[in-house]
Amino acid sequence: MIAVIDYGVGNLFSLTSSLAYLGAEAEISTTREQLQQADKIILPGVGAFGDAAIKLRQSGLEDTLKEQAAAGKPLFGICLGMQLLFEKGYEYGEYDGLGLIKGGIYPLTPDLRAAGFDYKVPQMGWNDITIVAPDCPLLKSSKSGEYVYFVHSYYAKNCDEALAATCNYGVEVPALVYSGNVFGAQFHPEKSGDVGLKILKTFIDM
Amino acid sequence: MLTKRIIPCLDIRDGRVVKGINFLGVKDVACPVEMARFYNDSGADELVFYDITASFENRPLFSGILEQVARQVFIPLTVGGSINSLDDFDRVLKCGADKVSVNTGAIKNPQLIADAAKRYGDQCVVLSMDIKKVGNSYHIFAKGGREDTGIEALEWAARGEAAGAGEIVANSIDTDGVRGGFDLPLLQALSATVSIPIIASGGAGKRQDFAELFKLDGVDAGLAASIFHLKEVDIKELKQYLREQGISMRL
Repeated sequence: MIAVIDYGVGNLFSLTSSLAYLGAEAEISTTREQLQQADKIILPGVGAFGDAAIKLRQSGLEDTLKEQAAAGKPLFGICLGMQLLFEKGYEYGEYDGLGLIKGGIYPLTPDLRAAGFDYKVPQMGWNDITIVAPDCPLLKSSKSGEYVYFVHSYYAKNCDEALAATCNYGVEVPALVYSGNVFGAQFHPEKSGDVGLKILKTFIDM
Repeated sequence: MLTKRIIPCLDIRDGRVVKGINFLGVKDVACPVEMARFYNDSGADELVFYDITASFENRPLFSGILEQVARQVFIPLTVGGSINSLDDFDRVLKCGADKVSVNTGAIKNPQLIADAAKRYGDQCVVLSMDIKKVGNSYHIFAKGGREDTGIEALEWAARGEAAGAGEIVANSIDTDGVRGGFDLPLLQALSATVSIPIIASGGAGKRQDFAELFKLDGVDAGLAASIFHLKEVDIKELKQYLREQGISMRL
């Protein structure tokens, strides 16, 4: 059973549909017991970091989530869910994340402009990934050059140790990060066609 | 590198695809689910569904179809047609839409863009505009392109962006159906006005039209219906061709 955490941030339809399509048993979860009983946990999310961090805290699931991750249960954060895995987020202020992965979440625009790129923000669309940690268990069926779907205005920095795959959007954007049993994807695997389904399947089979 | 996007658009009336025609391997060409699967397999980067059902009673049919598509096709889905309120946003998002496109609903109530962006995020709100050149300026037309609202299109686009629209679909009435290429002067003017992604619509007749389109830096995606439905342009071949022209494409 995979627990998909529902803390009132974003639409879970596509994610639960993709898990069902892949034959996984998934449960939209709002309680500690559900997280404790699950084999794996997915932390989704769309929106702003601070708002989501507060909602996750208010849901009362934050400590359980940290305990379960510390106990070795596979945890997969997607998009904003990935960003929440980090120590800090700097979107409209400074907020604490879960601190499961070292590094922080910063706005794309100033770094893009400083690097001399006038690219649009959010990065919205398909970009190809470069795998930098071929040993990452979540990428065992993936290849560099495969395309995945991104929608984001903020990105992870200072997380070299956790980098598994990156994409180039003027600056190097961490696309997939991991630390032990904790994984995070900046892109949406549930919206990335067969390439994304493959990554979800790898997580399901872990 | 971020790719340019190719987006087929499906008009759905009373639960069936309008203008669907002979597809190899698709048994029921008017079945939206089969069509969506076909386009997904062809390499479409995204799908747009417009609900053009006239009667209110048949509206639930569309929701059911959208849900079926979203359970089987895992690329971004944009939904439009008769989106007039946050309830309408809610209805289609619950059925698996990722983005919702507003057109006449935003003209009638511009606050809808800001309200929806606040509740669902900018990335979810697509401002769709039917644009026609009137004298020396571009105007927004309503009611399926029949009524000149007098609203200046570039101003409307800028207002939409400021209110929180995450993307713009620019449908040129002047080039729509002519198949002589996209409305490049309009798109150029728009891309100089807004910095959110622009999806060009109206005028695609052949693959070279997309190559010309993507020479404009500020255009992110090309949308078309009949040339894909009629199999005049195959999406896989189109994307291969565009990549050979040096345009970044997902293959």
